[in-house]
Amino acid sequence: MQKDYEDIPGTFVFDADRSREGYHLNQFCISLRLQKNREAFNADEEAYLDGFPMTPEQRDAVLKRDWNRLLELGGNIYYTSKLAANDGINFQNLAGLMTGMGVEAYREMMLAGGRSPEGNRYKSEWEDK
Amino acid sequence: MARIVAGVGCSHVPAIGVAMDTKITDQPYWQPVFKGFEFSRKWMAEEKPDVVFLVYNDHCTAFDASVIPTFALGCAATFTPADEGWGPRPVPVVHNHQKMASHIAQSLVLDEFDITIMNEMEVDHGLTVPLSVMYGDKTPEDDWGVQVIPLAVNVVQYPAPTGNRCYNLGKAIRKAVESYPEDLKVMIFGTGGMSHQLQYKRAGLINPEFDTMFLDKLTSDPVGLSKMPHVDYLREAGSEGVEMVMWHVMRGALDDEVVEVHRHYHVPASNTAVGHIILENKDYHDSRGKVAAE
Repeated sequence: MQKDYEDIPGTFVFDADRSREGYHLNQFCISLRLQKNREAFNADEEAYLDGFPMTPEQRDAVLKRDWNRLLELGGNIYYTSKLAANDGINFQNLAGLMTGMGVEAYREMMLAGGRSPEGNRYKSEWEDK
Repeated sequence: MARIVAGVGCSHVPAIGVAMDTKITDQPYWQPVFKGFEFSRKWMAEEKPDVVFLVYNDHCTAFDASVIPTFALGCAATFTPADEGWGPRPVPVVHNHQKMASHIAQSLVLDEFDITIMNEMEVDHGLTVPLSVMYGDKTPEDDWGVQVIPLAVNVVQYPAPTGNRCYNLGKAIRKAVESYPEDLKVMIFGTGGMSHQLQYKRAGLINPEFDTMFLDKLTSDPVGLSKMPHVDYLREAGSEGVEMVMWHVMRGALDDEVVEVHRHYHVPASNTAVGHIILENKDYHDSRGKVAAE
């Protein structure tokens, strides 16, 4: 299927290809929405992760909390945000980390009206930066 | 017969729920967000619908990646607020109008909208935040004061249903409601949006021009608006801005002619542009002789 959204910069579109790749990673993440699972994970992360047949790269990104890498490996933000919530990181602070801006600078940008679409619609606009 | 009299469009940002639950709505950051719902709460208290048909999306809470229904209609007697990773929201259990929900399910399938029927379902902030902003503070011991029929739409895994499909589903929902024999006053909520991107390096995208165009066209050109392709939402309104397709279900269920009685727009709530609109069917509006705001 042709992907007319591939030229949008700084964005993953969680389509079927990404969903297939990220399935076990995302299923791990959603398991953390239950308190008993959060407790088991926090008690022994490695042992808990053994229950999910994800790739070594995905597992490594989970352990390192490499938020962008998780997305690159098929994670979806609504799933990875469950891992972030477990760590006490809310959506806004997570975005601060993923953009590389840091939490404070990101919050300031949002208070000033957010990221403009100008210059942020096409990958070609980012290549010149 | 039952009839739909009005529609509500509303963002469902989780942080809005957190702000209400932790009682910080009077902080300078949150004041302007909630100011825009003062009219709406009065309006709801005056209008007192019997049933709200609430179109929302689950954020990988009740639905994990194992089953992804495009349209899932809540037919359970009650829906419990879910633990989304930081504990369940302290808000009332949601009560369905179960007979009407089943009636709508049957009518939709016979009308060739092959929806999924949910006889067990927890609900997340996508459903409870719109109720909170429209009905105000409630504790778990309270009642929402309205029966709610939830329709969960997949907007997480691409592709979400098209705007056109959503608009036409709205028409079929209206037909189903109007063939329900009991005399009930029904409202429909379309929730989510407006522009926002939660993930990766472009996170924080906000597009007020796009959002304003969207709000305007709900009244001036809803059919044209419903034809907008997904890539336009993704590019212009951010990867999570595609949630706005759910507003087309609401719009499709209303009359062709509507009157905008209230609008609210504010940036930011967390990562998101908050948008809110109230549309009354023109005939209903005129029958009450009410003057439109602005």
